[in-house]
Amino acid sequence: MHLGVSESMREREYSQISTRSSTPMESPHQKRVLRKKWQAFPGQNKFYCDGRIMMARQTGVFYLTLVLILVTSGLFFAFDCPFLASALSPAIPAVGGVLFVFVMGTLLRTSFSDPGVLPRATPDEAADLERQIDVANGSSSGGFRPPPRTKEVLINGQTVKLKYCFTCKIFRPPRASHCSLCDNCVERFDHHCPWVGNCVGRRNYRFFYMFILSLSFLTIFIFAFVITHVILRSQSSGFLTALKDSPASVLEVVVCFFSVWSIVGLSGFHTYLISSNQTTNEDIKGSWSSKRGKDNYNPYSYGNIFTNCCAALCSPLPPSLIDRRGFIQPDTPQPAPPTNGITMYGATQSQSHMAAATPLLQSEPVMMSDEPSLPGRTSLGAACASLPLGQPTPPTSTPSLSCDADLLPLQGNHVEGQHHFLTPEEAPSPPGMLHCGSPMGQGHPHGHAPGHGVPFYSPASQDSLHEDSVRGLVKLSSV
Amino acid sequence: ALPHLPALWSNTRKTHSLQDLRQQASIAAKVFVQRDYTTGTICQFQTKFPSELETRIDKQQFEETIRTLNNLYAEAEKLGGRSYLEGCLACVTAYTIFLCMETHYEKVLKKIAKYIQEQNDKIYAPRGLLLTDPIERGLRVVEITIFEDQSNGRIEGR
Repeated sequence: MHLGVSESMREREYSQISTRSSTPMESPHQKRVLRKKWQAFPGQNKFYCDGRIMMARQTGVFYLTLVLILVTSGLFFAFDCPFLASALSPAIPAVGGVLFVFVMGTLLRTSFSDPGVLPRATPDEAADLERQIDVANGSSSGGFRPPPRTKEVLINGQTVKLKYCFTCKIFRPPRASHCSLCDNCVERFDHHCPWVGNCVGRRNYRFFYMFILSLSFLTIFIFAFVITHVILRSQSSGFLTALKDSPASVLEVVVCFFSVWSIVGLSGFHTYLISSNQTTNEDIKGSWSSKRGKDNYNPYSYGNIFTNCCAALCSPLPPSLIDRRGFIQPDTPQPAPPTNGITMYGATQSQSHMAAATPLLQSEPVMMSDEPSLPGRTSLGAACASLPLGQPTPPTSTPSLSCDADLLPLQGNHVEGQHHFLTPEEAPSPPGMLHCGSPMGQGHPHGHAPGHGVPFYSPASQDSLHEDSVRGLVKLSSV
Repeated sequence: ALPHLPALWSNTRKTHSLQDLRQQASIAAKVFVQRDYTTGTICQFQTKFPSELETRIDKQQFEETIRTLNNLYAEAEKLGGRSYLEGCLACVTAYTIFLCMETHYEKVLKKIAKYIQEQNDKIYAPRGLLLTDPIERGLRVVEITIFEDQSNGRIEGR
């Protein structure tokens, strides 16, 4: 870890590393330093502090969030609090301080932690699954159009369809979804939130909820007390003089006024989701709504609000499955003769290389099934379902972008095949213009032939497809 | 019974020895026991006995191992007074408490690692099998490596 010091130090450091992580036998012979897993992570995340911090690729909006909160709170403490502390009570800055610390803590926790990313399948697993799928489908090789790769499971009496993720080469667990912005499958995927610069999933949903809840309180708190401040001042010196004396108050009121609607609305929406044990993804798709069918119910709900809330907020925090800071262990290759062209045993340098290599073996382009799919970057009009009117458009918290999670195999060879799915659907739409039956909610579902299941692609998605196809080609060429 | 393998298996106390094993005895096949989602998203594995293991280990033994693993994972994710208390305490301390304390889940994961180690030493290794801790596979599968049976020069388990 402390690389770049003198040779002798490095020798000593190196041998320390090998015993600590119990690397295989060949480590004394290797002169190169072992890399950490985050450095070879196949997704689109960015890592900081040697893998301790994990965020999405685009973090611009997160910095905006930080600036807004810090500046508004800073102005409040600097300009309004002295007056309020003396005129009313010193408890005001104290409570404000506690709220502020809580907001920052939960925000950072949400943004920096692993949302519950599922690591991609090892080559052996992928090969085994392929074989099982082929056997199940009764064909020995891929063929032109392999049938949709789905598995049906009965969960608490409700049939749930598990979809196969072409990127991660796994059958996604129930409630997991593939985020195309981060290019990972995330457990209990809620949505990708640009404001916090990360996905919101199983491991950081509670932090996210605490963040928006405490931010609601903080916003209302600041708004109320700034107004009080101005009123108190104007009682003694007139309204305009009061404003002149504390110009910061005007800025604070404006920021708070505009954010309170969205934040409080979002808190309310998530409170509803938590109490019914649904994810934003499921709510928007209407997965468990009774409109789907008489017997449609949420198999994950515990039946009562209290238990649902406790389960979402106080359940044991699962560990991160991706082990970002562990060292990559180069396995010794142990090839067994492949039974058919697809099977591959043994491992090579790192998983990411192999994961990229396996597409090579599937020579044919995997066609999309007749299930309509969604592209990555569509910012849904429905996303604004959670926001009351009057909010500026995106970036809003964007629920599962690959929602129909039938993840598009984002490899270049599909672009042609998918053109016929294009519809002139615009990407983000301003709130208040909820397309009824927003793109997600159209009876998509798990494979029922939708009555009006027109698959949606937006022109914006074309770029992401191209980009991804280039990425795919680059990966292949690196093998 | 595999004659010269027991010499290897006897020093399977430490993890890296199991890797020696992987080098000296070549892998014949790998079996993957998938997750069982019938009770929801909780981590459970299927107890169905894979056919490739028929010649190596008996069904009861295998099912016992998987069932114990399932119970351990259920314990890790259990909702109860204890987990609520931990959750509330963590919330109140702004989650900084996890800097000094292990979460309940992590404690159980350690228990699971020990259990798997012990099962490998006592039951699976002597039969030329190796269980991989599911946490190393993202809790997706229990990977069972079948090593070649070198006693009579045949490759088994494929």
